[in-house]
Amino acid sequence: MNSKVYDVAIIGAGCCGASIARKLSAYEISVILLEKCVDVGFGVTKANSGIIHAGFHHPLTSLKARLEIRGNLMFDQLHYELGFPFKRVGIIVVAFSVEEMKTVEHLYAQGVANGVPRMEICGRERILSLEPQLNSDVVGGLYAPTGGIIEPYRYVFALVESAQKNGVDVRTHFTVEQGIKDGDYWIVKSREGEEIRAKYVVNSAGLFADEVSKSFNAEIYKIIPRKGEEFLLQRNARGLPNHVIFPVPGAHTKGILVIPTVEGTLMVGPTAIETDDKYDIETTSQNLETVFMQATYMVPAISRREIITSFAGLRPTLKGNDFYIEPSKIQPHFIHVAGIQSPGLTASPAIGEYVKDILKQEGLQLVEKKNYDPFLPHPIKVRELSLEQIEQVVEKDPKYGHIVCRCENISEAEIIEAISKGHTTLDGIKFYTRAGMGRCQGAFCTYKILKIVSRETGIPIEKITKRGDNSWIIFKRLQALAENTPET
Amino acid sequence: MQERNYDVVVIGAGAAGMASALKVAEQGLKTAIVDREPFLGGILPQCIHNGFGVHLFKEELTGPEFAERFIQEIIKSDIDIYLNTTATSMAVHQPIKQINLCSSQHGVFRINARAIVLAMGCRERNRGNLSIPGTRPAGIFTAGLAQRLINIDGYIPGKRVVIVGSGDIGLIMARRLTWTGAEVLAVVEILPYPSGITRNIVQCLNDFNIPLYLSHIITKIEGKDRVEAVEITPLENGAPNYAKTFKVACDTLLFSVGLVPENELTQSAGIKINPETGGPQVDTRLMTSAEGVFACGNVLHVHDLVDWVSDEAQRCGKELINFLQGKTEKIEQGKIVVGSNLKYVLPNKYRLGEANRFSMRSLIVRDKATLVVRQGEKTIRQFTLRHVKPAEMFHIELKPEDFKEVVINGELLPIEFSLS
Ligand SMILES: Cc1cc2nc3c(=O)[nH]c(=O)nc-3n(C[C@H](O)[C@H](O)[C@H](O)COP(=O)(O)OP(=O)(O)OC[C@H]3O[C@@H](n4cnc5c(N)ncnc54)[C@H](O)[C@@H]3O)c2cc1C
Ligand SMILES: Cc1cc2nc3c(=O)[nH]c(=O)nc-3n(C[C@H](O)[C@H](O)[C@H](O)COP(=O)(O)OP(=O)(O)OC[C@H]3O[C@@H](n4cnc5c(N)ncnc54)[C@H](O)[C@@H]3O)c2cc1C
Repeated sequence: MNSKVYDVAIIGAGCCGASIARKLSAYEISVILLEKCVDVGFGVTKANSGIIHAGFHHPLTSLKARLEIRGNLMFDQLHYELGFPFKRVGIIVVAFSVEEMKTVEHLYAQGVANGVPRMEICGRERILSLEPQLNSDVVGGLYAPTGGIIEPYRYVFALVESAQKNGVDVRTHFTVEQGIKDGDYWIVKSREGEEIRAKYVVNSAGLFADEVSKSFNAEIYKIIPRKGEEFLLQRNARGLPNHVIFPVPGAHTKGILVIPTVEGTLMVGPTAIETDDKYDIETTSQNLETVFMQATYMVPAISRREIITSFAGLRPTLKGNDFYIEPSKIQPHFIHVAGIQSPGLTASPAIGEYVKDILKQEGLQLVEKKNYDPFLPHPIKVRELSLEQIEQVVEKDPKYGHIVCRCENISEAEIIEAISKGHTTLDGIKFYTRAGMGRCQGAFCTYKILKIVSRETGIPIEKITKRGDNSWIIFKRLQALAENTPET
Repeated sequence: MQERNYDVVVIGAGAAGMASALKVAEQGLKTAIVDREPFLGGILPQCIHNGFGVHLFKEELTGPEFAERFIQEIIKSDIDIYLNTTATSMAVHQPIKQINLCSSQHGVFRINARAIVLAMGCRERNRGNLSIPGTRPAGIFTAGLAQRLINIDGYIPGKRVVIVGSGDIGLIMARRLTWTGAEVLAVVEILPYPSGITRNIVQCLNDFNIPLYLSHIITKIEGKDRVEAVEITPLENGAPNYAKTFKVACDTLLFSVGLVPENELTQSAGIKINPETGGPQVDTRLMTSAEGVFACGNVLHVHDLVDWVSDEAQRCGKELINFLQGKTEKIEQGKIVVGSNLKYVLPNKYRLGEANRFSMRSLIVRDKATLVVRQGEKTIRQFTLRHVKPAEMFHIELKPEDFKEVVINGELLPIEFSLS
């Protein structure tokens, strides 16, 4: 087989793989990003809390703490270049007893040692003035203004788009099944029957990094999924706080959080339960109880009647609970990026840099591209524009005036833009545009989006999926209509 | 920005919007009707079953036929029609109101009007609102979306279907899906009695041997990519008995679990909402907390029958005319108190000297119920109702002579309704 040849192949287009790809796109090398799903960012990265942690939760002895701190600092620049939704709203840890205040003091000291800027220890009055919605039994807490929130899928889409703009090849529906060493090259084979060649392979396959490692005859380890359930409440929900609210952390987790999302909805979660099933993303009613009990203890006004949807994600953890980012000791030119549990999202920009440095040490020649362009044009979002601005964009393209998703105010032009960027599943369009993410959860706009996708791509409506594979939406056309009328 | 001036703008061109627009245009008021969809009729064009118009036209029409009668009138009238046009925001606390609109055809523009009719209809509650555990595969639809896909676009959503909720839309869809060749395996209802009307239980379920599970809930949704099965659990003494959980393999799940008035526009304009109905608070004129802004149809409170929507909308039109003519500007209104076993009474005001019509919903299921109307300590009227249940709205009318003018502390003595 005559396969294409690359300097680096990256397996997995989550936030880690995408960050690595974008970082490498600044150099004169050929890079391919391989993803098994129908779209990028559909792994662990699409189902998390979206928090850019401040960096006081873990001691600097761990790799994850060092990358977390560094990653946090990189987000302003990334936001400026790529324009994904990001806000430094700040993080508050709340204490309800003298005991808990001791933990707060410990976190403060750890944060200061880690170099987290501008943290404060707050008394009751100060914490209530920052966050008037808190349970008034609060005794004090920690305030870290550098914590932030992002939309994780928009972040990954932007990273990948930027990488592509600078020459990276991206392949979806490419499930890496085997790696075979052939002289200086890895032959990377997919389940779908394709192959590519690459001098270096980066394994950032999230939950499946252990299986990928094994299929390259590299180190044997086991990724243990740790499940987290989250509940999303409507925009302007009662109890919507100004900051991300954390309880005092437990032994293994940061606890149940109350999160004002970057788009104005409210999220509570996540739980943390180990499972042995990498596909177990079920939500349960027991966990709903737990989550709301803990969340309403901190912010009493929160009401479960305002839930619009819930979801679960799996953190890919390794024994020892640290990131494992190293070149293989057995297989040359194979780099592990595994065990990327929380704060993986926060750390991801730093992981991109870190892996670039490893590749360099491993002998990859890195020469900066002269025409590297870090910027992306910021997409037009009708919901963020003033009436006058909408008037201007509608004049240029009337499709900005056609509101398709009424809950989130998404125009037809925005949907078409998502499709033109390669997002042709309902979930892809939803994550790119937010259409279908609001109160009605797609009850009004689903059929409109199906029609637009079909019109723009030529895919028959029966073949459009929610998120690839067997996630079909429409069974078939009505017989009488199929025979007598063309598709509309 | 382009501006246009009208006496009245009606937002939403469903049954409510059309009937109220016709009423006001009849009086020569310069009227505009706007809808975000490319057609007139609102939800009606997708309801191709019959059962519409029995009260209003004394015949059984389908939804599209019912709509057509109004559509023809609208087209013949002087009403300006703006389709594919969404009302995005409005300023209402001033004599001349401003409504901002957006469309691909007209771009962004503003309508200035002396009065507004809110007729935006409702949306369906969905899976998220119920927090059903399990996975989140493709194949989960609201009943109205499935109805739209089949009846308007001609697409069948699945082969093996379970329906959650026994509201009328769900029942109608059980039959509709069966006719497309799909297999409807179960209708699951949390309450001990069906939410839909008896006729639909007989004609849509029994005639097709579709099992109805009362006092049952869906406790889990399974399936990685597409729905593969659901778990159904009986409720015993109010709690799920998991020992009796059973599984039904299916590829599609339809939710017919209630409607919610669509009031984001209303709320963002600062108009007060009644938490019991989810619609704006209105007085006897069907006027909201903003002077000159009226509401009718499903945006005000969810109706089961379109006939009552049209009726309410025509009344709304009349009140609006009287208001613009200055006839009702300073009418005196007394409070309504919602007593036992009632969810709400609409409007929650009454006025003297004329007949007052009230719509209400019961909180109980009962044959031969008694509705007592009191003014202070005194019972002023009593009604016997053949059958009441939460799913069926009922209406009563009080005559001018039913009320006494009793003023206490400068206010009319409240009237209380209670059901037993
Ligand atoms: C509930 C929850 C909440 C969290 N909250 C936060 C938070 O607030 N802040 C924070 O910083 N972190 C958070 N995290 C952690 C963060 O989400 C993860 O660390 C991060 O998303 C991991 O990214 P990744 O790129 O390593 O993995 P993934 O996103 O899973 O990417 C791996 C990709 O590889 C693909 N893949 C797998 N196998 C193959 C194969 N054989 N061939 C090709 N492709 C393959 C997958 O499809 C996937 O797209 C949270 C995690 C969870 C579960
Ligand atoms: C699925 C379904 C089945 C039904 N079946 C029956 C039946 O069998 N028999 C019966 O008698 N009744 C039935 N009904 C009830 C009855 O048909 C409805 O109550 C009635 O049609 C509602 O009319 P409406 O005008 O209040 O709302 P709708 O018909 O919903 O009209 C509201 C309109 O407002 C528009 N709109 C909303 N917001 C905006 C905005 N911001 N800008 C512009 N336009 C906007 C919408 O696009 C929509 O067209 C059914 C209702 C539903 C939902």
